[in-house]
Amino acid sequence: MARTVWDSTVGKKTVMAVSGLIMLLYLVAHVIGNLKIYFGAGEFNHYAHWLRTVGEPFMHYEWTLWLIRVVLVVAVVAHAVSAYQLSRRDIKARPQKYVHGRPRASYATRTMRWGGIILGLFIVWHLLDLTTGTVHSGGFQEGHPYQNVVDTFSTWYGNVIYIVAMLALGLHIRHGFWSAAQTLGVGSRTRDRALKTIANVLALLLTAGFIAVPVGVMTGVVS
Amino acid sequence: MKLTLRVWRQKNADAEGAMSTYEVDGISPDMSFLEMLDTLNEELILKGEDPVAFDHDCREGICGACSLVIDGDAHGPERTTTCQLHMRSFRDGDTIDIEPWRASAFPVIKDLVVDRSAFDRIIQAGGYITAPTGSAPEAHATPVPKADADSAFEHAECIGCGACVAACPNGAAMLFTSAKINHLNVLPQGAPERESRVLNMVAQMDEEGFGGCTLTGECATACPKGIPLVSITSMNKEWLRATRKSARS
Repeated sequence: MARTVWDSTVGKKTVMAVSGLIMLLYLVAHVIGNLKIYFGAGEFNHYAHWLRTVGEPFMHYEWTLWLIRVVLVVAVVAHAVSAYQLSRRDIKARPQKYVHGRPRASYATRTMRWGGIILGLFIVWHLLDLTTGTVHSGGFQEGHPYQNVVDTFSTWYGNVIYIVAMLALGLHIRHGFWSAAQTLGVGSRTRDRALKTIANVLALLLTAGFIAVPVGVMTGVVS
Repeated sequence: MKLTLRVWRQKNADAEGAMSTYEVDGISPDMSFLEMLDTLNEELILKGEDPVAFDHDCREGICGACSLVIDGDAHGPERTTTCQLHMRSFRDGDTIDIEPWRASAFPVIKDLVVDRSAFDRIIQAGGYITAPTGSAPEAHATPVPKADADSAFEHAECIGCGACVAACPNGAAMLFTSAKINHLNVLPQGAPERESRVLNMVAQMDEEGFGGCTLTGECATACPKGIPLVSITSMNKEWLRATRKSARS
């Protein structure tokens, strides 16, 4: 069955839909966590430490966190590999452009591929910046996420990279969520408006929620 | 009406093609688009030139033979087939670009004619339905809910012209294949082969080198018969169901 799914364009889209929804679920949890930055260093750092102790005593220290990380890496890789293979196939299926061309489909739809690449690069930068601290500006402090976040968004490039990526994320979710519903066969004529509304609301809330953090630092509300 | 036509000319499948410019005069707004091309071809023949090759048959919008991408739109600016498109949809002095369907699964044979036999092979992959032939069965023997009958009829309207493939930026045949699958899969008469039909037709669709669906919706916008985009969703649902079922058996 795995073979049938992976070898079919419809099956590969299913892989994209499922992995996309897993990442989307994670992002909802992520944005809720991020917004705690508005309640001060104490609450934000406490939340960050709690992430390592989730599930104790059943789970060992950091086990839950690592489990989530493994699931996310699998989802990202599955999503990216499917997207790459499907895109190559799509480009091969339409090698010649029309002389009388015009933009096809909506902006969100047309930017799925480039938007996805931007998001992939962003994730690498984001992890190197705030998880490992490799490219962090102004001395990365392990265990002090509040200060690290303030440092990142005190640089102009930190803000630019982050805000551009979050706008790309919003567009990606806007088309991606609705498309996932179609791929998984849950869309229908009667549900279409509801699904499009959910996609737009999710895209808007996640983008606004994530951008609220750099805006907070820039305006001095978070410092 | 006086028009400037920029037409894709290509000698044969292996030749390099290019756009050629022609002027046509004395076009009536009541002519169909194909009649306008007939007028051009008569002039070309009189001048001893090679007429423009294009597909056409019934000229009443039901056979699916005519094609043409007109000013970037499959079947032109109106939501109908090219044969049912009339010159009143254009203005005197317009320049019109006429190109063949573009997809690697639909290679150009000559000028504006493409080989759409990939569609026939997708239909063949669907196989037959196990229905007794002979005299017509008693109408009440197999009850079909009204909603299902309507849905089947809506999908059966597909004439297989290929506008969906031509309009799709990925050259995907999802709308065509879904129309053909759903047409039979919603009916009790199509139920015995419900799983094999969707699995085989989707496999053949991939085999032919069509692209995948990115839900741009261009196909449903171009479809002269109004096959809805949600048809693809239904096909995906059928495919997932059949894959799960075949994994169990």
